[in-house]
Amino acid sequence: MESEQPRLSLRHISKSYSGNRVLSDVSLDVRAGEIHALLGENGAGKSTLMKILMGMDEIRQSGGFEGEILLDGEPVQIDSPKRAHELGVCMVHQELMLVNGFTVAENIRVGREPVKRIGRGERDAACLPIDFSRLREQAKTALERLHVELDGDMPIAELPVTQMQFVEIAREVDRPGIRLLILDEPTAVLNDEEAECLLDRMARLKQSGLSILFITHRLGEVLRCCDRITVLRDGAVAGRAESGKTSAAAIAEMMIGKRLLAIHTSERISFGEPTEEPVLQLNGFWADLPGERVERLDLEVRRGEILGLGGLSGQGKIGFANGLMGLCPSGGVVILDGRELSLGDAGSVLRAGFGFVSEDRRRVGLLSGSSIEENIAIPAMLNFGRFLRRVGPVQMIDRRAMRANALEFIHALDIRCTGPDQPAGMLSGGNQQKVCVAQALTLRPRILLVSEPTRGIDIGAKHLLLNVLLRLNREQGITIVFTSSELQELRSVCDRIAIISRGRVAGILPPDAPEAEFGLMMSGLDVKRSGV
Amino acid sequence: MTKWKRTLKKNAVPLLFISLSAFAFLYSGASGPVVVSDVVSRFARNAILVLSLIFPVLAGMGLNFGIAIGAMAGQIALFFVMLAGITGTNGLLAAALLCVPLAVVFGWLSSLVLNRTKGQEMITSMLLAFFASGVYQFFFLYLLGGVIPVNNPDFLMGSGIGVRSNLDMTGMQYALDDLLKTDVFTCLLATAAGFGVWLVYQAVKHKKQPLYLALLFALDAALLALGVLGKFGGLWPQYRVMVQIPVATLLVVALVGFVIRYFFSTRMGQRMRAVGNDTTASSAVGIDVNRVRTQAMILSTLVAALGQIVYLQNIGTIAVYSAHENVGMFSAAALLVGGASVSGATVPQALLGTLLFHLLFNILPIAGQKLFGSPEIGEYFRVFIAYGIIAVTLSLYAWKITAKRNATREKKRN
Amino acid sequence: MKQSLIARVGLPRIIIFAFLLLLLALCVLTKQDLGAITGDVIVRFGMNGILALSMFPSILCGAGLNFGVPIGVIAGLVGGLLSVEFGMTGFGGVAAACLFSVPIAVAFGYLYGKLLNTVKGNEIVVGNYISYAAVSLMCIFWLLMPFTNPAITWPIRGTGVRTTVTLEGFYDGLLNDTLSFTVLGVKIPTLLLAAFALACVLIWLFSRSKTGLLMKAAGENPMYAAAAGISVDAMRLKGIILSTLLAAVGIVIYSQSYGFYQLYNAPLNMAFAPVAAVLLGGATTRTVKIRHVIIGTFLFQAIITVAMPVANQLAPDGGLAEVARIIVSNGIILYALMQSGGERK
Repeated sequence: MESEQPRLSLRHISKSYSGNRVLSDVSLDVRAGEIHALLGENGAGKSTLMKILMGMDEIRQSGGFEGEILLDGEPVQIDSPKRAHELGVCMVHQELMLVNGFTVAENIRVGREPVKRIGRGERDAACLPIDFSRLREQAKTALERLHVELDGDMPIAELPVTQMQFVEIAREVDRPGIRLLILDEPTAVLNDEEAECLLDRMARLKQSGLSILFITHRLGEVLRCCDRITVLRDGAVAGRAESGKTSAAAIAEMMIGKRLLAIHTSERISFGEPTEEPVLQLNGFWADLPGERVERLDLEVRRGEILGLGGLSGQGKIGFANGLMGLCPSGGVVILDGRELSLGDAGSVLRAGFGFVSEDRRRVGLLSGSSIEENIAIPAMLNFGRFLRRVGPVQMIDRRAMRANALEFIHALDIRCTGPDQPAGMLSGGNQQKVCVAQALTLRPRILLVSEPTRGIDIGAKHLLLNVLLRLNREQGITIVFTSSELQELRSVCDRIAIISRGRVAGILPPDAPEAEFGLMMSGLDVKRSGV
Repeated sequence: MTKWKRTLKKNAVPLLFISLSAFAFLYSGASGPVVVSDVVSRFARNAILVLSLIFPVLAGMGLNFGIAIGAMAGQIALFFVMLAGITGTNGLLAAALLCVPLAVVFGWLSSLVLNRTKGQEMITSMLLAFFASGVYQFFFLYLLGGVIPVNNPDFLMGSGIGVRSNLDMTGMQYALDDLLKTDVFTCLLATAAGFGVWLVYQAVKHKKQPLYLALLFALDAALLALGVLGKFGGLWPQYRVMVQIPVATLLVVALVGFVIRYFFSTRMGQRMRAVGNDTTASSAVGIDVNRVRTQAMILSTLVAALGQIVYLQNIGTIAVYSAHENVGMFSAAALLVGGASVSGATVPQALLGTLLFHLLFNILPIAGQKLFGSPEIGEYFRVFIAYGIIAVTLSLYAWKITAKRNATREKKRN
Repeated sequence: MKQSLIARVGLPRIIIFAFLLLLLALCVLTKQDLGAITGDVIVRFGMNGILALSMFPSILCGAGLNFGVPIGVIAGLVGGLLSVEFGMTGFGGVAAACLFSVPIAVAFGYLYGKLLNTVKGNEIVVGNYISYAAVSLMCIFWLLMPFTNPAITWPIRGTGVRTTVTLEGFYDGLLNDTLSFTVLGVKIPTLLLAAFALACVLIWLFSRSKTGLLMKAAGENPMYAAAAGISVDAMRLKGIILSTLLAAVGIVIYSQSYGFYQLYNAPLNMAFAPVAAVLLGGATTRTVKIRHVIIGTFLFQAIITVAMPVANQLAPDGGLAEVARIIVSNGIILYALMQSGGERK
């Protein structure tokens, strides 16, 4: 077994984006005819690794990468997707890459259509007419290889997503000389039954000798169909396993990691222990955020607590805050202090006493071209009429008050900047995040919704931010709903942690519950077992 | 019933314009032969320009308002051919050959800009045409005679610098139109005969539905009858005398149409359609998107250049500084009138659109005179129709993109 | 260091400025009347300023360059014609023209803004062709409008609006001439410049008001705005209405200086010069400052004005100056589109 030549071998791959290391020393072997699972949280480096493997422009433009790639023992240079295809490395993208106006058959052979024979010789010129009857046959053969029955003349747009997925796989598998197929979260958009069907086809492809690199979040699938597993965390290999010799809990633990953050929990000064009294109640709350759909959330947030929302990505934890703010379609009953909240408009939610720090600070959280002070002041100005003074009939901005407020927060949160008039986009990630927090605090909220505040910022800034959240809670009594992908972060500051899986609350655990319990709950396995 | 409805909906735009033309024709009281004769010659001279828009539409670049650049290439070619003293059909051929390298270079240059402004191609192509027009005018107004010596003073303005604004195409006017010209009924008979042969061939080879074939045979018989009655029966003498069909020009139009259809049956054409349908997916499967877009621009510019030469041989004078000005706008409007959209166009749509648009162009002023006592109203109205249909189509298209974006998101969400 | 200076000032401005110096040198060499040329530059700067300023709210609110200038211009022309119809002269006439055009511009801007809100991302091309369609539709209305003042209607027919309506005897050059003075052979049109300055100050104040700041936020990042509770569509609508209004007032100021109201197809390409001017001044399709408007308008008008006598010297028969205007204005817009296109993907 050990002496066998691996189909694909990645050796010591490292990659940095403008000084920011996203992959360090990743090595990975995929054997011939195996299904190899690549697991990892968002931002673990999976997609960067795939971009390197497919020779995407982005990699070259950002300065290339270190390490080498071997295919069947031969070192190769993959500098474009075309080159990857030539070498037999093909990928099915998560967002389906199908030409919408084309039929199934046209899509399977797109770019490689057979042309009509003229004279005796087989010519391959782009200026000859396409032979559509041969095209149909070839497409049929490709689909048969996957054991899929589909009418080649169907317009692709009329197919359900599963079958689109199959067409795309058929197209890639049909490429001459294919050696390695990469599937990027192919089951993310499928229901259980459809996913089962796909796994079955993958097993058949494997039998025909193809190697498959399978990226997914669903641990159950991994255990069922994969031969070996590699887990990435923070750009490095966190662990390897063979599927027969491991458990979902063990894999989940690898993904989450064991590092504990050294947060010094400051003593509660005046507000005492969190009460049992609910401040916010959600009944049948749903939110339709693409990729992070909340199916049905029944949850109580207690006054004065820090409630953590955890779970794997794609399960809906991010959907909660966005849905509450009305940034995506949402509904259900939301009761704040005994009064039902009307959803759908961010302004009215803010005025009801919420503060919101988005998980996407660049796109949602900040006006990157505007000054820090404006960034901090705008929501409070609009919703509470602060920083304004009346001049005749018009409301002018009270620049002085705005600046004073900004200076106060720059001091309190230690925002490193040249001054309150520096454009927010020029700040480092951690400082941008502090601006977002300052913006939410300027609203003087009773409940603060914070999502992924530490994503993509360095460890020092992480500690600072978590401490800020703790202090706000302990010293000012602000209730906080803290959403994060990093379980250890949640465990270090939260009073309770709710794990969200498949858009529902899978369970609520105290922060000191054992790792394995969190792991199982996140994997969704126990939920499924009890359901079946 | 639903099938009928769908067909009706699909052809709503041409049907609307057919009814509008019919209405305008009835109320204008215009003379039939005059209108028909004028529309035939307008159709023949404009059709190729409209056809040139098909490539960029199918490549996903929208309406190429920059075909004026192709028109300029045609005019430059004609100018130098005239300067060299070549006339007649030879002159046209020489110009057609000379415009090829010019149009290829111009199209390539345009694509350099358009590949850097993805998503804004239509406004960019319009601005490119304006910009190119400036450079072109600088060339004709100052460089020719001013820097580049021109040996024939007849072409120059009084001061010896710059080309005169109107050049008479002596000897070249109608050089193509007059190659083969027949009266309308002869042309009808010939068409009916050709159509009949094709029908018999289809009936023997493919055995389509008999009802469909019968209908076509009836149509052919009607055409034949019209031709016989007109030519030999002495009916509609006015039409026989006044309506002359430029058969050679129409054959060239047909040839261009067939070449375009052929192109889109090849692998190159299929790639262009793929890029037009979905740029990201195309590049993911290894199609060089920028290269395909460049091909589309070069082909469009080239066909437009040929189209402008055919157009000018019918007009007979080159308005050096303005002949190309509204080419893009009027051709785009014609294409849309035929039922095409920003993202889809076919050869029949282009031809039908040219016919309808120029029919309207001809009779609206007459109708305006009759209805409002002012031909200007009709004239302004036809310009409004041209701009209006472009504006409405573009708005609907932009609105649809937004709606579609939401719909795909919906679908991926299940 | 040198590189960063070029980057800071911007390549287009450097090229245009160098070109301007070249033209000025040619003027001196060919012994042109520099005083008169400078005076022309100042007048054209003043009369085109407010039209260029109409780009400001539109870019601020995120609707991009205002290719809907012709729509505002039509509103201004209707207002202006009304003032002539009622025989209003002098300052009253100019004021009335502006006032009459306000409700029309607001109504037009509202409809136009509603439309642009449904075609986000394609505002330029849709705006441009909607404007063209509006101008060609107005051509019919000009013919049918029931004006009766012989200064407006065609002389023989007595109905329909003329292609140009002269303002002589009404308020031709009113702002240019009143309180004007001459320095070093250059006539300074005091009130014209004051009107432009006033408009700039008002718009600057607007940008410092609550609505202005919220509008900027909505334009800069619609997702931020939505999360802060700002209604992005309402802000865009307000910005577009304001732009249309400025274009309407702008054409009244322009026309009183020009001496005529130009109708029918004249507004067709009115958007291009102001668009080119603000882009030349340093604005982009997403960001703009008042100083971009001022610098841009000055440079753009200076080039065109100074080019005229030089061009006439070079090629006496042709409109070489017009050619220069075409190349410069469209070249600048194309350059800006390419810059912003590069960021898209």
